Amino acid sequence: MDNLIALLVAAPLLGAAVLLCGGPALDRVGHWLGTVLAAASFVIGAVLFADMLGKGAGDRALHQHLFTWVPVAGFKADIGFQLDQLSMTFVLLISGVGTLIHLYSVGYMAHDERRRRFFGYLNLFLAAMLLLVLADNYLLLYMGWEGVGLASYLLIGFWQHKPSAATAAKKAFLVNRVGDLGLSIAIMLMFTTFGTFSFGGVFGAAGQATEGKLTAVSLMLLLAACGKSAQVPLQSWLGDAMEGPTPVSALIHAATMVTAGVYLITRSADLFNGAPTAQLAVVVVGAVTLVFGAVVGCAKDDIKKSLAGSTMSQIGYMIMAAGLGPIGYVFAIMHLVTHGFFKAGLFLGAGSVMHGMNDEVDMRKYGGLRKYMPVTFVTFGLGYLAIIGFPGLSGFFSKDKIIEAAFAKGGTEGWILGSVALLGAAITAYYMTRMMLMTFFGEERWRDTATASPDAPDAEPAAQERGPHEEPLPHESPWIMTVPMIVLAVGSVGAGAFFGIGDRFLHWLEPVTGHSEGHSPVGAGVVTTATIVLLLVGVGIAYLQYGRKPVPAAAPRGSLLTRAARRDLLQDDFNHVVLVRGGEHLTRSLVYVDHTLVDGVVNGTAASFGGLSGRLRKVQNGYARSYALSMFGGTAVIVAATLLMRAV
Amino acid sequence: MNPVYYLYLASLLFTIGAAGVLIRRNAIVVFMCVELMLNACNLAFVAFSRLHGNLDGQIIAFFTMVVAAAEVVVGLAIIVSMFRARHSASVDDASLMKL
Amino acid sequence: MSSPADLTALAAAYQTSTGEAVQFWVLGVVAVIGALCTVLMRRAVHSALCLAGTMIILAVFYLANGAYFLGIVQIVVYTGAIMMLFLFVVMLVGVTAADSLKETIKGQRRLAALCGVGFGVLLIAGIANASLRSWNGLSRANAAGNPQGLAALIFTKYVFAFELTGALLITAAVGAMVLTHRERVERAKTQREQSEERVRRGAQLPPLPAPGVYARHNAVDIAGLLPDGTPSDLTVNQTLKGRGQIRDVSQEAIADLKALEQRSETRLGRARGEGTGARGTAGEGSGGGDGTDPHPEREGRDETQGVTR
Repeated sequence: MDNLIALLVAAPLLGAAVLLCGGPALDRVGHWLGTVLAAASFVIGAVLFADMLGKGAGDRALHQHLFTWVPVAGFKADIGFQLDQLSMTFVLLISGVGTLIHLYSVGYMAHDERRRRFFGYLNLFLAAMLLLVLADNYLLLYMGWEGVGLASYLLIGFWQHKPSAATAAKKAFLVNRVGDLGLSIAIMLMFTTFGTFSFGGVFGAAGQATEGKLTAVSLMLLLAACGKSAQVPLQSWLGDAMEGPTPVSALIHAATMVTAGVYLITRSADLFNGAPTAQLAVVVVGAVTLVFGAVVGCAKDDIKKSLAGSTMSQIGYMIMAAGLGPIGYVFAIMHLVTHGFFKAGLFLGAGSVMHGMNDEVDMRKYGGLRKYMPVTFVTFGLGYLAIIGFPGLSGFFSKDKIIEAAFAKGGTEGWILGSVALLGAAITAYYMTRMMLMTFFGEERWRDTATASPDAPDAEPAAQERGPHEEPLPHESPWIMTVPMIVLAVGSVGAGAFFGIGDRFLHWLEPVTGHSEGHSPVGAGVVTTATIVLLLVGVGIAYLQYGRKPVPAAAPRGSLLTRAARRDLLQDDFNHVVLVRGGEHLTRSLVYVDHTLVDGVVNGTAASFGGLSGRLRKVQNGYARSYALSMFGGTAVIVAATLLMRAV
Repeated sequence: MNPVYYLYLASLLFTIGAAGVLIRRNAIVVFMCVELMLNACNLAFVAFSRLHGNLDGQIIAFFTMVVAAAEVVVGLAIIVSMFRARHSASVDDASLMKL
Repeated sequence: MSSPADLTALAAAYQTSTGEAVQFWVLGVVAVIGALCTVLMRRAVHSALCLAGTMIILAVFYLANGAYFLGIVQIVVYTGAIMMLFLFVVMLVGVTAADSLKETIKGQRRLAALCGVGFGVLLIAGIANASLRSWNGLSRANAAGNPQGLAALIFTKYVFAFELTGALLITAAVGAMVLTHRERVERAKTQREQSEERVRRGAQLPPLPAPGVYARHNAVDIAGLLPDGTPSDLTVNQTLKGRGQIRDVSQEAIADLKALEQRSETRLGRARGEGTGARGTAGEGSGGGDGTDPHPEREGRDETQGVTR
């Protein structure tokens, strides 16, 4: 069974290689090849999962050592895989959701002439992401980490003819680099501290390391997680990443890649458990992002960007839970999985809406779509109920657990975190309801705008091919797109109950991450009640604002907070002022120093040597007599020196 | 009189010869000054021979003469060639060592 | 060194005879003057002569120092052979050409003097500093005769150096020949070819005119005069001309005539007024009569060019 692990990665990697290296001959079948290989990966994962279920909880972990990558004395880098319960969870999520989204993309990208390349990139992403979660050492994890960054870059910028997409891809790549730097520094620190970077070696030695070193490594890992998971302060790329095709947003920027940070922190639990300061930082980052993302999500009119804010916020929940330590690891992963289902479903629903609306993304130009897109409406609605935590659906079980865990942290900290989590739940309910109402209910606002702006300047090429007037009415998407949405909707509804009832997920993951029950100052029932009440408040406010009154087609000016939130709470302005301007000033001063000091020294040296040489050159006048004089003078000096030495 | 005065005389002649080498431009005169320096050395050798009471100094002076003869032969040949080529015997005209 | 006997013995060892002292002081001064003249004379010939003098004096000093063989060799080989070689080359290069003593390299003379003085002072200080107290004298070494003693050393102790010196001399001789020998790289032209070339070039076709002035000067350094009385370059050797050794006699006839007139005037003792008239007729007579003066208008020029260089 061990030998199957490599196949998990190899299948999509093969697909990527074939699709990217193969010529146009593959254009007709390439997308199916990619889908089949992704499905193959999922099937292998399922077989391994079945095998794993048959074993006892203690010896479920599988290892496969492929070969030694760098066999240098004192530095041994292996290509080796480790498949335990945590990895298994991710493998099933990644390959399962990945396969569904491949399927969806077959329909969504049907009119794109570069579809083969798109599927190649998707397969590449799957391979890299599986490598990330299957690696048994940090260096190989880093390889996968960079691989998903590359795939993300390629896919965000897939429509590279749009300047906004190209810029967004570049932005995502650059911001991710900051996080990647953290990961590479963390790996170097591990190597100097523990002499190894394999999981077994590092976690085995973590107990003996000083808290300071653990804190340093953990903070660097947190920086990496912030970059990849779009957490404050490295969150700014995620909103712009929505320039990519919607399946990409669903797969990479909602369900899988952005959760890599949560995986990293959970995987490194043994390091974080020994570094309370780093854990505190993790919790703070998670809590801040939770509110930040939610506020941004409230203000955006772009359906995908609103969902992106929501993603940020939900990952904030996970990061916060992971920062709580053994109380929260399991729930972080559980929320990650359920979130993977419902957020992917929501994104696919959004994509379906855009597909039917000529790629219009402004929610103010939607309205009343439930009649035209019943399947999308139902699946999106189930995802909506799941994310706001409607009792009985996935989000309810996972989010509720996180809020409980936050209170269980104890002390003032616990109260603050719990309150923030509750507030986040309310805001989530508000913005998701807003989105739902603006999209599927109310007046059919697209009727007046369809003629007003028939062809948006930045419309996707597929839209231009179809032409704005061929299908004037919103329409339901083809089956190949709705089937994945239905499957994901089923997951959104059932996963939470399946995991949560009887603590199945807890027992499954506990051997890897460990678990401890905190001492919650408030009872579980109180928390649940409070959550439901706040949820209803959020929904109610949204209904009063957007359900009762007609939605203006043009966005009102709004309060200061709204306007700020529309600009992503000024994150780009902050980056511009602090980093870009600061960088410019730093560069200018460095250039000044370079020009005056460095060049001065260099040129001065050169000039002084030049001047000296110019003077020395006159000695070389070519006259033999002059040289003879030098010789004679030299002889005199030597004689003088000899006599002096004798005299001394 | 102490025979050491021969040495002082040799030093004086040597220095005069050296100054001549440095000052004169005519290659032939420069050569003559070199000969003067060699002769000054020979005088010193002969005086040393007397000082030490053996003939080794004179042997050296003898060899110096032979070498000087060889040198003069070649040197004058060079001067003649140079004069043929440049119609001048000035050492400054041969400042070809400068770029 | 305290007892009188020791003193006298030492004095005998490092004091020379009075005769030698006198000879040293007299000839030494001359030798230094000769050396200075070698350096300072403007003409190479004079330098060579001064150097020869210095060398002869040095030969005398060798003799005085017991180096009899070397003294003779100095006179025969150095003064006789090498200095004559110098003189030959001086003749080749130009015996009368005087060098300019003006210094062209900036600071060379000053620095040379500085170095020279410094070096001399150093040498003299070094010699004075050395303890050269006891002079052994050569009486024992020269017991069997100076040349014999030298020969015994040369052919035993210094035999290899001697052989090498022989090889050096041979090499030098060959080297001198190689340096002065010019390889002919093309066939020599025949007389026919040379004459054809001369006709083609349009140069002087008939033989060059002879030097000298008929019945007065027939030396090779005197240019023949053209019909208008100016000297012709074609009549003299170009080498002599290049050295500036041509004598111009074109003005001599006029000068002679003038002197003749002056003399006759003095002898006849005529009055100045008449003398003017007589001179006028005499001028006319000489101008139209013998025809030796083709330029009567040059009468007024009184300066006479002698030997020009």
